[in-house]
Amino acid sequence: MVCTDNIDFTIPLQPATDRIMIKFVLMVNRQGQTRLSRYYHSVELSRRAALEADVVRYCLSRKKDQCSFVEYKDFKLVYRQYAALYIVVGITDSENELSIYELVHNFVEVLDKYFSRVSELDIMFNLDRVHIILDEMIQNGHIVETNKSRILAPLTTIDKMVDS
Amino acid sequence: MSDVVEKTLTALPSLLSLDSHPGSAKLSSTSKLGNLIRGITELTSKHEEEKLIQHELLAIKEQVSSPNTTMMKELMVRSIYCEMLGYEASFSYIHAIKLAQQGTVLEKRVGYLAVSLFLNESHELLLLLVNTVLKDLQSTNLIEVCMALTVVSQMFPKDMIPAILPLVEEKLNHPKEIIRRKAVLALYKFYLIAPNQVQHIHNKFRKALCDKDPGVMTASLHIYLQMIQENPEAYKDLTPSFVTILKQVVGGKLPMDFNYHTVPAPWLQIQLLRILSLLGKNDQSTSEVMYEVLDESLQRAEMNHNITYAILYECVKCIYTIHPKSDLLEKAAKCIGNFVLSPKINLKYLGLKALTYVVQQDPKLALQHQMTIIECLDHPDLIIKRETLELLFRITNGQNVTVIVEKMLEFLCISEDDHTTIDLVGKVAELAEKYPLKYNEWFIETMNTVFSLGGDMMQPDIPNSFLKLLSEGFDSVEEDRKLRLFAVNSYIPLLRGEPGKLPQRFLQVISWVLGEYSHLREDLEPAEVLSLLAKLLDMKNSSSETKSWVLMAMTKLCKGGADASVTQEVSETYSSSLDTVLRQRAHELQYLSQDPELRARVLPRGAKPETLEVDSSLSFLDRFVSEALAAGAAPYKPPHQRQEELDQSKALSLEPYGLSLPISMSSCSITDRQSPTLLSMSSGLSGDTLKLDGIKRVWGREGYLAQREPVEEAAQVEVPSPIQSPGRQGEGDSLHSQTPTQTPTPEPEQEKQQLASSLFVGLASQSSVSLMGKSEPMPQRFRRKAKGQGLGSSFIANEQISSSLISPPSAVDNLLCNNLLDSNNASELAEQTSQLSQSLTTANGTCHAEAELTESDTKGCNPALRRDNCVVAAGPGPHNDPGRLTEVCLDSYLPAELSGLSHSEIAPLCANQSLNLSACHVQKEDSLILVVFIMNSSESAIQQIRLVSITVGQYSLTVKRPAVHVEVVGTVSYQLPAGTSQSLQFSYKVPLTSFIRPFVVSTEEYGTMWLSFSHDTKQNLTLINDNQEPLTATLNALKKKLQLHVVEVIGMEGIVACRLLQDLPCLMHCRVNAGWLAVWLRSPVPDLPDCLIYHCQRALQSL
Repeated sequence: MVCTDNIDFTIPLQPATDRIMIKFVLMVNRQGQTRLSRYYHSVELSRRAALEADVVRYCLSRKKDQCSFVEYKDFKLVYRQYAALYIVVGITDSENELSIYELVHNFVEVLDKYFSRVSELDIMFNLDRVHIILDEMIQNGHIVETNKSRILAPLTTIDKMVDS
Repeated sequence: MSDVVEKTLTALPSLLSLDSHPGSAKLSSTSKLGNLIRGITELTSKHEEEKLIQHELLAIKEQVSSPNTTMMKELMVRSIYCEMLGYEASFSYIHAIKLAQQGTVLEKRVGYLAVSLFLNESHELLLLLVNTVLKDLQSTNLIEVCMALTVVSQMFPKDMIPAILPLVEEKLNHPKEIIRRKAVLALYKFYLIAPNQVQHIHNKFRKALCDKDPGVMTASLHIYLQMIQENPEAYKDLTPSFVTILKQVVGGKLPMDFNYHTVPAPWLQIQLLRILSLLGKNDQSTSEVMYEVLDESLQRAEMNHNITYAILYECVKCIYTIHPKSDLLEKAAKCIGNFVLSPKINLKYLGLKALTYVVQQDPKLALQHQMTIIECLDHPDLIIKRETLELLFRITNGQNVTVIVEKMLEFLCISEDDHTTIDLVGKVAELAEKYPLKYNEWFIETMNTVFSLGGDMMQPDIPNSFLKLLSEGFDSVEEDRKLRLFAVNSYIPLLRGEPGKLPQRFLQVISWVLGEYSHLREDLEPAEVLSLLAKLLDMKNSSSETKSWVLMAMTKLCKGGADASVTQEVSETYSSSLDTVLRQRAHELQYLSQDPELRARVLPRGAKPETLEVDSSLSFLDRFVSEALAAGAAPYKPPHQRQEELDQSKALSLEPYGLSLPISMSSCSITDRQSPTLLSMSSGLSGDTLKLDGIKRVWGREGYLAQREPVEEAAQVEVPSPIQSPGRQGEGDSLHSQTPTQTPTPEPEQEKQQLASSLFVGLASQSSVSLMGKSEPMPQRFRRKAKGQGLGSSFIANEQISSSLISPPSAVDNLLCNNLLDSNNASELAEQTSQLSQSLTTANGTCHAEAELTESDTKGCNPALRRDNCVVAAGPGPHNDPGRLTEVCLDSYLPAELSGLSHSEIAPLCANQSLNLSACHVQKEDSLILVVFIMNSSESAIQQIRLVSITVGQYSLTVKRPAVHVEVVGTVSYQLPAGTSQSLQFSYKVPLTSFIRPFVVSTEEYGTMWLSFSHDTKQNLTLINDNQEPLTATLNALKKKLQLHVVEVIGMEGIVACRLLQDLPCLMHCRVNAGWLAVWLRSPVPDLPDCLIYHCQRALQSL
């Protein structure tokens, strides 16, 4: 018997779920404006705005007593609110939600340390620096550093060099 | 929660004049960036935003091209803003690269940052960054080295890794921890995008793992997690190291600044636990090494903080993944209990997630928390509900399936998210199909809901497998009939109602079922079904796919007579349809409705699905194709080739006109039986685009199957739930009729109890000794009949019966499909020119039996050998060892013109009482000669003197379609003196290399040809490292072994050409790259590059 219809020629390299990772980090405010976005998998520019709008809508619709994790498409969102600013992280299903939830707080604490009491405007006026800090913490969708002083070391060195 | 942060952020809106902050102080509020930010904060509508950003983009564009670079950093940040809001600023990409190249420290960092934000990993501009990175890596300024390493570990062009690899490796020994750490991360990136490139530095990863700095060690764990995921066996020896590291971390041996809220390096702990669970999975001895540290982790993490719960979750998962240890399991279970019972919703969620994972190993655990689970099922937060359903899905068994499915369907009705719908519908269908006969009507009803809710979004294999299940049936004929009849009964009212509201997929299913089984319902007139079906055709939103299903069903139903008018009308309408499929179906309907006899043969009623042989190579069309080709039609080109040519024609052609393809596609002739599937497959091997559709699905299914096994075992446990539920224990049918919603009780608490008893029925095992021990054997009737056939094929077969009836059975496809490169037994060979009057069949190897039969034209070869053009020889031979004899003396029978050339070893082919065949092949400059020695070994009249006669036949061979080995098949027919004719078949295998000859071209000719060839393949080969220069050494070895022509060698690159006899070229481009020889082969002949690369590999291996 020959039944070629059912032969699957695709070669699965690795089950998609096996890779635990962070897909993106977003900072959005209550008006739905993006304050920072960093994607760790390629998303076309044209589709980002729609995705961000969706993400904001999902997070804004949540009440305070609800879970900080939301299912979104084939991945999960972990969000944390600081005043009017939401920090949202998109992760794969196999990632540990709670550890990401705390990672967000660690990130905010680092920002707080650097800007000594961070505000939304600090983030806006120093977008480049916030990105540099984030790059020290997350690369390729993985957490690479969580030690606050080590995260800030390269940036403060650069700042000192600029000052002198 | 940091209250300070929150307070600051709340006090924010009034802070537009902001000068006190360190970062913002340097920005005057009148700067361009300040203006932009102010503009953005004041936006009120999307329209305003667009106006603002477009204006901004224009301004940036103007300034960016002016030579004043002091503004460049600010311009970049403004561009980043524009892109962040979704407006492309591609004109600034090149300036970002320039800034990284030329700027001062901060500018450089911003330049790198902008590059990493703007470009994706395959962007061609990234190549321009390589030199900058190279320079910065060699910089004496550490911060520049740092930046370069950061950008490298974010994105780097794969092909350029060798250029910087030595520098990055060198950094592993740098005195500064930050440099070492970043170098490790860069190597991790290389490992992700090009694992081959870092093969040789695995020992350095180990060194990084043992680094005295915890940061560097942490970085190396990324590489190890990845490598262990791919191959856990190779790293078992590292288990004690990971355990020691975790022990030290848990024991607080790290410096204080690694703590997060007094918890030592929590994310590092999580990473280590993940690694340990991979290593300990299904491995008792490895697991034993880690029990102690896992126990310690569980105890240490008792502090009440989110991050400790995150660690605990990972720890519990690890304990349930590795080889089990009872006291650890107990502790972990208690831990999960705390999670699930926690009033904090995030913890509850995580607890459910852990429970979902754990019930696969231990379904009893669900029982302990059943009341909590019931509560979660009604939780107002959808994600909790969803996770609970996921959990229930894992504990489904034959007894609780109806309740669980009902809960899932309830959720489906309120879910708005497409992704959730698709996922849940798939799960419901999966559950329903597991227990189809238990509750006949329930199964059909559930599937009806699935089809209506899932609509056209659901996975296509759901309707396919449903129909397969219906048609294949089970072991009981009566059950089958009942199931089918029930389906018919449920569909008729649907069609009578408002079929326009049903999804297309559902309509297709309905059509098929009615076509096949509506006769089971005796009170139903076919005419009525026909008119119901015809109504579907008239609906506006019916897709043409649905219409063709409907037409097919009508074809099965029409009987002539009274029904004739409906069918006549329909077939007339659609026989002129623009859709060719519909037109075909309409014609079929027309003809078959008029010829009941033919219809009964084509579409036999109640036929079990048969395995159908599909001639996917469409060999029955060969004659048509050859006629068309003879009449001047263009040969078939596979889609990828057409696309390629299209792309080429779109691009500017810089080649002079008139230089057409040097080689025509002569291989696409009559005997080219290559099927389209095969072509696309071979292109898949060489092309660089992987078709990724469906991968997830395949893996998902497999994954689930593997995971589900233990649950299934558990699901068969017969022991009823310990909860008091008299009358509901075990009995599936009574359970079905008494689901809680159907028997509401006034007290909500009692309701929950009932729900619990129906949900968790069958999970408990009173003796905790063994779950398997009590398993009830699967009733015979549940077992599906084993068919060696994939999903959906049965009804596809039915759909295509008309076309496949014509095609003759052929076993060719399978062979061709399976043996792309390693085909030992099948390949094409043609154009044999017989130099003897004898001719051999060399059509198509063993594949083409019919070709062999028709084309074989082997004339008699009388053992007496009186033919004048035969070399006849006679001589005495030993009695018992004729085979030996041939080897010894056959050499001398080689034709004189060939004797000077090198020939392969003369190998015996086959023999019978009268003939002995041997063969060898001789490589001539322009041909390959197959020499067949035919030896008469029959005994002559004189007993003592054995007469050995030998005939030698020569055949020149050429290859039409390349394969790794070419097989010649032939038949020798001969007549015995008695007059009986006999034949002897033989086959002979020649490696493709025998057909390869050097191809002498100039570099210019090579260049022109290279561009025009469409089939290619790339691969890395090992380099020969003797005292010579490796490239030359390797090329020379290949030249010697495979008869290639080295056109030119320039530096680290070389170009080589060869041809397949007679004149099918294949070009080879070689480049030395990080210890490998990167080879790129191109040819106008499909498969030739793939076959040749195989021989190159073999040739180099054998050295």
